[in-house]
Amino acid sequence: MKRILIVGATSAIACACARLWAADRSELFLVGRDREKLQQTCADLQARGARSVTAFVMDAGDIAAHSAMYDQCLATLQTVDICLIAYGSLPNQHACEQSVEQAMAQFTNNGSSVIALLTLLANRMAVQQGGTLAVISSVAGDRGRPSNYLYGAAKAAVSTFCEGLRARLFKSGVHVITIKPGFVDTPMTHGLTLPSWLIAQPDTVARRIVAGINRQVAVLYVPGFWCAIMLTIRAIPQSLFKRLNL
Amino acid sequence: MTASLTSWGNYPSAPQSAHPCHWQADVGPQWQRLTESHSTTLPFGNGRSYGDSCLAGSDHVLQLRPLNRFIEADWDNGELCAEAGVTLGEILQLAIPRGWFLHVTPGTQHVTLGGAVANDVHGKNHHRCGTFAHSLMCFGLHRSVQPPMVCSPQENPQWFAATIGGLGLTGVITWARIRLRKIQSSLIDSTRVRFDCLDDFFALSADMDARHEYSVAWIDCLAKGNALGRGCFTAGDHRETGPLEATAPHSMSISICPPVSLINPFTLKVFNLHYWKRQPPDRQYRTVAYNPFFYPLDSIEHWNRLYGRKGFQQFQCVLPASVAAVAVGELLKSIACSGRGSFLAVLKRCGDIPSPGWLSFPMPGTSLALDFPQDIELTKKLFPCFDAIVREAGGRLYPAKDAHMSGTDFRQAYPAWEQLEAMRDPALMSRLWQRVIR
Repeated sequence: MKRILIVGATSAIACACARLWAADRSELFLVGRDREKLQQTCADLQARGARSVTAFVMDAGDIAAHSAMYDQCLATLQTVDICLIAYGSLPNQHACEQSVEQAMAQFTNNGSSVIALLTLLANRMAVQQGGTLAVISSVAGDRGRPSNYLYGAAKAAVSTFCEGLRARLFKSGVHVITIKPGFVDTPMTHGLTLPSWLIAQPDTVARRIVAGINRQVAVLYVPGFWCAIMLTIRAIPQSLFKRLNL
Repeated sequence: MTASLTSWGNYPSAPQSAHPCHWQADVGPQWQRLTESHSTTLPFGNGRSYGDSCLAGSDHVLQLRPLNRFIEADWDNGELCAEAGVTLGEILQLAIPRGWFLHVTPGTQHVTLGGAVANDVHGKNHHRCGTFAHSLMCFGLHRSVQPPMVCSPQENPQWFAATIGGLGLTGVITWARIRLRKIQSSLIDSTRVRFDCLDDFFALSADMDARHEYSVAWIDCLAKGNALGRGCFTAGDHRETGPLEATAPHSMSISICPPVSLINPFTLKVFNLHYWKRQPPDRQYRTVAYNPFFYPLDSIEHWNRLYGRKGFQQFQCVLPASVAAVAVGELLKSIACSGRGSFLAVLKRCGDIPSPGWLSFPMPGTSLALDFPQDIELTKKLFPCFDAIVREAGGRLYPAKDAHMSGTDFRQAYPAWEQLEAMRDPALMSRLWQRVIR
């Protein structure tokens, strides 16, 4: 049994993780934008065995609301064993190239708002002297590819932030895990044309994430083969990389 | 990504473009988009229908498997409400450790709740419990042109009756509430008896069905002459004491689809002979886990791939009790003569509990299910011969398994088809329905 805060709780990966934790009789505090979806997710987890499930409606882009959300979470759970940050959106790269407004909005949603939330959570968890901050970043953050570099840049910011935070919080007994999923079969990737062997199911991804959190892994590629793929992509020299359309 | 979906038999081969619904609120907008671009669609669950009943006329389906949340679980009274894409296996994973089981389960746990209702599935206890509708309390039905409604025997009873066994044509089932049955153990006390001919099956069935909740028989359909209709009868009941353990269904998987069927006259002969010889001549009592008892084929993930790229067809009919013995004999004779045995040949007596569903398949009598690798000869020679026997006997075929029956036979066997057609949502159409109502 664990006490778990999930921000972006209606995302497919978060739901799949939450189901595993629910089966383990955990107490869950779910944060999301959409009240109806949150309620449906709560009911599902309750039926699957969660000891308690609480819903909290918040737009993670509303940075001013973060603090009150965490107060409420702490009042409900008493202590927090795991914080899973799972929200994000896959922007249309072309639209982001054309519109500064879109580019900044997407960067805020996938990057700076996560950093804002992590800054708050880090301080609160440091006081608690324990627990795990699990952050869903992306393989896209490992290299700026022309097809997806706005999203990649935001995720790179998150990954780098987490790396520093991990070293800082290590001294306080708080663990930070950076989770880098590849392509997962979720509403976010619907419509992309991808070879089927590259696509992982949310259940498979969730099992690896939950196990990775338990093992206190620092950086977790899901599925694991993405580690090799990204190693190869990172090894491509700039002179060649700029000529490719990855 | 847009996934491509197929029916379980992969015949007819008609890949379906999947349009997933992840939330109940997605159903309306997604459906409307599809109606605008392709005029009709069809709800698609987990693709366990064998033939073309799960294929949309437009080849664009509303994929409901992602709608897989539980809505409410009352473990005190054994009532469960869940979204339509939840599979029976997922229900069992939760229910068994809490001492509950499904009232009625088909031979695979990978069907969705919505699919179980839309095909009014039945199982090894049909003689005791009837079809899946027996455990169904109510469900939510979404129609393209009216607000979502709740259907139960009391509320919107016409829609309730039309939708049970309604092949997904009356609307999209978004959720369902079912009753569960209490169990003391996840183990099954099973009895196996070998029988030497068809008459022995009927005698055994009459005797065993009265004493056991579950019963089914495997037939060696390559046996001829005096041995015609020999096989093995299996009966079972939930054990009174023991552990309550839900186990994972898969132990192995067929990861690739071979270019040709691995199930052919040679492998069948070896299998049937070996399987028959393995059955003990005397009555054998064993305690087995629920998985191998109810879902033997689920232990091999993607077993349908064994039939190769051309796929396979299942012929499942039910024959009225008064003529069942003669008609089953004739069917088995024509298979034995053709030399094209079936890997899976299942005989089961159906009881007389009526289903509220208008187009429900079972009737009091005996059901026979046979699988054949797809080839041209099947639809040209063997099936017309089978169809004539079933027609003569006043029996009918199972739409959920079918990919060949003629419109005349369908309309004769299911006279309520006109009522269903009148209540069909104009924005829904399946390949099966296109085929049989003309």
